[in-house]
Amino acid sequence: MTDTPLLKVSGVSKFYGSRIGCKDVNFELWPGEVLAIVGESGSGKTTLLNCLSTRLMPTAGSVEYRMRDGNFRDLYHMSEAERRFLMRTDWGFVHQNPADGLRMTVSAGANVGERLMAIGDRHYGKIRETASDWLSRVEISTDRIDDQPRAFSGGMRQRLQIARNLVTGPRLVFMDEPTGGLDVSVQARLLDLLRGLVNDLGLAAIVVTHDLAVARLLSHRMMVMKDGHVIEHGLTDRVLDDPREPYTQLFVSSILQV
Amino acid sequence: MTDLATYNFAYLDEQTKRMIRRAILKAIAIPGYQVPFASREMPMPYGWGTGGVQVTASIIGPEDVLKVIDQGADDTTNAVSIRAFFQKVANVAVTTHTSDATIIQTRHRIPEQKLGENQVLVYQVPIPEPLRFLEPRETETRKMHALEEYGLMHVKLYEDIAHNGRISKTYAYPVKVDGRYVMDPSPTPKFDNPKMHMSDALQLFGAGREKRIYAVPPYTEVVSLDFEDYPFEIQKFEQDCALCGAHGVYLDEVVLDDKGGRMFVCSDTDHCEDRREHGHVGEMLAPSKEAAE
Amino acid sequence: MATPLVVSEVFKSFTMHLRDGIKLPVVNDVNFSVASGECVVLGGPSGIGKSSILKMLYGNYAVDAGQILVGHKDKIVDIAHADPRTILEVRRHTLGYVSQFLRTVPRVSALDVVAEPLFARGVDAAQAKDKAAELLAKLNLPRELWSLPPATFSGGEQQRVNIARGFITSHRILLLDEPTASLDAVNRRVVVEMIAEKKREGVAMLGIFHDEEVREAVADRILDVSQFSPRKAIAA
Repeated sequence: MTDTPLLKVSGVSKFYGSRIGCKDVNFELWPGEVLAIVGESGSGKTTLLNCLSTRLMPTAGSVEYRMRDGNFRDLYHMSEAERRFLMRTDWGFVHQNPADGLRMTVSAGANVGERLMAIGDRHYGKIRETASDWLSRVEISTDRIDDQPRAFSGGMRQRLQIARNLVTGPRLVFMDEPTGGLDVSVQARLLDLLRGLVNDLGLAAIVVTHDLAVARLLSHRMMVMKDGHVIEHGLTDRVLDDPREPYTQLFVSSILQV
Repeated sequence: MTDLATYNFAYLDEQTKRMIRRAILKAIAIPGYQVPFASREMPMPYGWGTGGVQVTASIIGPEDVLKVIDQGADDTTNAVSIRAFFQKVANVAVTTHTSDATIIQTRHRIPEQKLGENQVLVYQVPIPEPLRFLEPRETETRKMHALEEYGLMHVKLYEDIAHNGRISKTYAYPVKVDGRYVMDPSPTPKFDNPKMHMSDALQLFGAGREKRIYAVPPYTEVVSLDFEDYPFEIQKFEQDCALCGAHGVYLDEVVLDDKGGRMFVCSDTDHCEDRREHGHVGEMLAPSKEAAE
Repeated sequence: MATPLVVSEVFKSFTMHLRDGIKLPVVNDVNFSVASGECVVLGGPSGIGKSSILKMLYGNYAVDAGQILVGHKDKIVDIAHADPRTILEVRRHTLGYVSQFLRTVPRVSALDVVAEPLFARGVDAAQAKDKAAELLAKLNLPRELWSLPPATFSGGEQQRVNIARGFITSHRILLLDEPTASLDAVNRRVVVEMIAEKKREGVAMLGIFHDEEVREAVADRILDVSQFSPRKAIAA
């Protein structure tokens, strides 16, 4: 149990004019920990995710990240070059729509290999070997390595996006509704895969989802958002089994039981 | 000189030339970096070398000797027209001999003969952005240059190998200049890439429609991108030039008849003529062959 | 620590915001402790709050007031006030839970489900699987089922997977929520023997057993939960 968090979030707020995107969010994330941010559409969870991942600059607050050298850096005071480097090496971002996170017109192998080439790998054979290894880890047959993601099903594309993100061994992965656009059986397979990868690699992850089943299966901790505020925060089991806030109780009780 | 009264020397007005010279100086100071400039309308359509012409017009002086080549040849329409243009608007001496020229404007080739310190090579560039077809957003490609994020360039080469078993790109082959900027050398054959490396001559690139100027100063490293296990290679020709017998030069294929007859000749016409004047003879012109016919 | 689990002055109620905020008291002023090598069984009629106590102890339910002290490594952790990360850490190393129902994960084999808590503690995969196999064999789960995901197993089979998963680690405290509910007599006896073995190892156990025979066999002490019932307090 390491005693240093990977990410320290304090007072993060984002306003769109007078409208609140998210307000005064504070938490810490430790290595290997999976945090789910849940809430209905418009509750500010995606705004928060974008602020945390520096895709969006917040109006106020700071996010500190522990770099590989052990030093904390304030993400909002880093140069863009450093931030972008961080994003393509030590971080991953899994979009709800795989087309947003993939290059749809280059092959699956090149999609996975791009991050490696970006950090200076210049050996075609090794890049291809690593790409093919990652394809099999996300259960894509390696004979599809030269096919473009355009020819892939939704579930395959999402798995490819995951491989593309994980190939550089990131320590933190952001996921925005990773199972959102998929049908149920495909969702289950993806969830199971994600769960396994997160465990095996000891990833820290922040997962935005409106699906409480996804949160239960993937996350250790959970934050419930409403109207831009974090209204409840705790162990995932506790929030789901013993929700305290009126809105959380409503939210939890709204799930259809199968 | 009276017939020049209606034109300023070398067609462009002095303010424009200054503006372009400033862009050129900046381009030389930052090798491989694309400097935006206020490209002017020229009396020729885009795609006919308006960028190169503006660069040449801005650097040419009355003492200069100009050579213009189009795909290596001095005698094609584009080359002839531009040469005539500068003869008319700048009244400068022109030549087809590479060694005699001080400025060589080129479309898609570098002369075979090694260039010297007293020479400037001006390239006509259609699309200056090497990342254009990989990343269509100009805002994004500029950022990628600024942050030296060139992984995508290798993605393109990776795709080539994955689909063709080798890097199949034969022209406009991307290079890294001075260890910093990735640059499109304009659609020259990759055969010419090594000539750009540590060249004695100054190399200037002008893209008129795209409004960009970039440069490779003399004695600058120009490295063609590649993979360790798929190193950069230039085209190799099995034949010699049919006219002058030259080996190890860039050859054009010429179809001779409708029965499949063809020959390979130097793409650099001046180089070929020069060799023939010095007594080199290729297979096609060889007396023994003629006798046999 | 001879008394790895101490519960003191714990109060728990549910506030039902969806039903006009009515407050449902569950238990009041819960006080007890469990010693090493002891198996305490929670007694009392159903609905009296036995499961709620287990869930509070495991961190699934929040506590209104009081302390739940667990000896974790060299420290004492108050589950009632610990942050989520600490609770997960305590669960991983000290506090085990065998629930009545298995939350099945698609596509993970029974053997891996059982071995997972050991994986999580960093035990070598082959060693963890050996141990898992040993337990499944002991619980008479047909060998041909080991490589299958338990989702399609019968209730009794799922429960045996669950028991194996709960017993595989050397947690110092085990919470047992009717682990024998759907088992046949033979396997009930196996579980009774496994509990006895845990006792010999010094594990503190707190359980709910409705089966009288099992309860008799395993309980060192029966803790009557009705004494904590708020209804009793009101009556008095």
